Amino acid sequence: MAESETPMLDELEKGPWPSFVTEIKKAAETNDAAKDLLKQQEQAYKEKRGLWKHGGIVGIVGYGGGVIGRYHQRPEDFPGVQSFHTVRVNQPSGWFYSTEALRQICDIWEKYGSGLTNLHGSTGDIILLGTTTKNIQPLFNELSGEAGFDLGGSGSDMRTPSCCVGPARCEFACYDTLALCYDLTMSYQDELHRPFFNYKWKFKMAGCPNDCVASIARADMSIIGTWRDDIQVDPDAVKEYAEAGLDIASDVVRRCPTNCMQWDGKELAIDNRECNRCMHCINVMPKALRPGKDRGATILIGSKAPIVEGAQLSSVLVPFMKLSPPYQELKDLVEKIWDFWGENGKARERVGELIQRVGLGNFLEEIEVEPSPYMISQPRDNPYIFYEEYYEED
Amino acid sequence: MTVEAKRDIGPPHYEKFLPPVVKDNYGKWKYHEILRPGVMVHVSETGAEIYTVRSSSPKLLSIVTIRNICDLADKYCDGYLRFTSRNNIEFLLANKANIDPLVKDLAAMGLPIGGIGNAISNMIHTQGWVHCHSAATDASGVVKAVMDELFEHFVDRKLPNKVRVALACCLNMCGAVHCSDIAILGVHRRPPKIDHENLANICEIPTTLAACPTSAIRTTTIEGKRSVEVDEDNCMYCGNCFTVCPAMTLADPLNDGIAIWVGGKVSNARSEPMFSKLVIPWLPNNPPRWPEVVEAVKKIVEVYSQNAQKYERVGEWVNRIGWPRFFELTGFEFTKYHIDDYKYAGLTYKRSAQLKF
Repeated sequence: MAESETPMLDELEKGPWPSFVTEIKKAAETNDAAKDLLKQQEQAYKEKRGLWKHGGIVGIVGYGGGVIGRYHQRPEDFPGVQSFHTVRVNQPSGWFYSTEALRQICDIWEKYGSGLTNLHGSTGDIILLGTTTKNIQPLFNELSGEAGFDLGGSGSDMRTPSCCVGPARCEFACYDTLALCYDLTMSYQDELHRPFFNYKWKFKMAGCPNDCVASIARADMSIIGTWRDDIQVDPDAVKEYAEAGLDIASDVVRRCPTNCMQWDGKELAIDNRECNRCMHCINVMPKALRPGKDRGATILIGSKAPIVEGAQLSSVLVPFMKLSPPYQELKDLVEKIWDFWGENGKARERVGELIQRVGLGNFLEEIEVEPSPYMISQPRDNPYIFYEEYYEED
Repeated sequence: MTVEAKRDIGPPHYEKFLPPVVKDNYGKWKYHEILRPGVMVHVSETGAEIYTVRSSSPKLLSIVTIRNICDLADKYCDGYLRFTSRNNIEFLLANKANIDPLVKDLAAMGLPIGGIGNAISNMIHTQGWVHCHSAATDASGVVKAVMDELFEHFVDRKLPNKVRVALACCLNMCGAVHCSDIAILGVHRRPPKIDHENLANICEIPTTLAACPTSAIRTTTIEGKRSVEVDEDNCMYCGNCFTVCPAMTLADPLNDGIAIWVGGKVSNARSEPMFSKLVIPWLPNNPPRWPEVVEAVKKIVEVYSQNAQKYERVGEWVNRIGWPRFFELTGFEFTKYHIDDYKYAGLTYKRSAQLKF
């Protein structure tokens, strides 16, 4: 038997977790780009470094983003991946598919690309991993013209919005995350496809404070479902949990961060004015407890990964907003923010960094939102205040 | 025959892709129960039920495997399926009797099920050496090695709470790992190597200077050519300059490696969302299986699983026991690199005499 050309990668076919090496090998059976991807990866493992060139601009006619150019540093050694561009395809809300649609994408990708994908990329797109410059346009023509898919975002544009599974299969959803995700995506196609912002802008929609899409860490605007009224309690179901062995005192009441619950062995009492919507009790007893009926979302702003000035979590901008089509209140807010950011942001400055630079108070004034104690964890403890007015004697 | 492109059509409407039982019960789900590792049921107000089988995935999928997955969805799920925010594959079944045959077929394909509840779900991760120009480590390879080791916690649910593990192959963090229970982060450790010969031709110098968060880059002239120089004492290897200027390479096999971060979360359950904190500043890149990284992650999971109280996430557990005890229990060395020296560093100093001995 011939010796393997990829002894190091072969090691990663062992073990119980499904192997990406096996996936590349499967594609390599019929595709030369995948074959050379495997070889270049083995070489990267030998050298302990990546072997891809920086950037390269390629694209689709009429679009400014959606394709990431990628060229190899050693095209003569790995001709199959000389150019190996990524195409970001906007995923459907909630990552639901029919097998028909997925097969159609596979057929088109077999024709024009490496046969390798990411399901999904970090921002949520379907990632078609590796094609040539000449294939990009015909690939897009078939994807959009036949399969009905469009490109996602890249560069300084609105990145592809994404959302949790929401009301499609989750009882915690406090608004329709799939509908809002679709609506914003469609309303802002120009912003998605033509990068004219200072830097990227991400929307993520989570149906409840469990935040399964990590919106509070990863979105310039995080839209997190919540409710204003009382937790819905089914007392019989509470008893059933207790009878089935759940230690309500220890596992629910003691873990409540606001101590707003009491359990006397028969009845669960909740002081809803003190509840901070953390979700713990509901997570533990989903049969017995549900979010209230007056539902909407908390809108938070500014989270991002470290580049450029350091990582941030989003902070509260609107404590509670009702969300139903056409979402005009939300869109008005978004557009005011985009205007201010566009006018005042520096190149490669995310909105969260702009807010750090100008101060949340000034930012609120500019976008015409009233300051509220819901927006802070504490008032300032530093006395260096920039008062904007003072009295003069007449 | 050429096909005409359509522009700005957006993604297909999601309603086209919802299985009938989902469409009928959209917004009507009442509660759910985890039936066993990797399997849960959601019950609707109408009494309808939907069974979810959550399968692992390497995220990097060939069309061969996608088609095989589609075959299973055709066979058991009326031709529909979905993916999760952590790259798992979810099969939604209206018929309970299909669960076992589906799980059996998945196992035959090498796709174990799990990742629901108090478990380790699939790792989110970036591209690494498979596709990225700024990677300080590979992504898929490290993930594979780590998940092989943590496998028992994917297929079971015996941890105090869920543990979310994530990997980003450089500080750009397109995987946004900074709020994970355990974050594996590729790091560079050496200032950029500057290609003075070509820099002025391929980089915009003012943009390059502006890219540096510590203003460590200055203009210079080398052998008559305009270029830049880096004040190495102020370089923290963030890679911002490289992002805008390809002539400033950071990749360096001797010095690139992995840092380990612990205790972040995004959920609001009990405690507020929080960042992950540094516990190991650097481990070597040791492909193909990164044994040092695997060992460190395994250690954190073991110590957490033995010491945390029920429902405590890693960060909540550490907040209760305190960082001195975390370092004691894990045996990880505490160094000056663990102490922040960037903006607001003082907020991370211990500003009280409340100490456990």
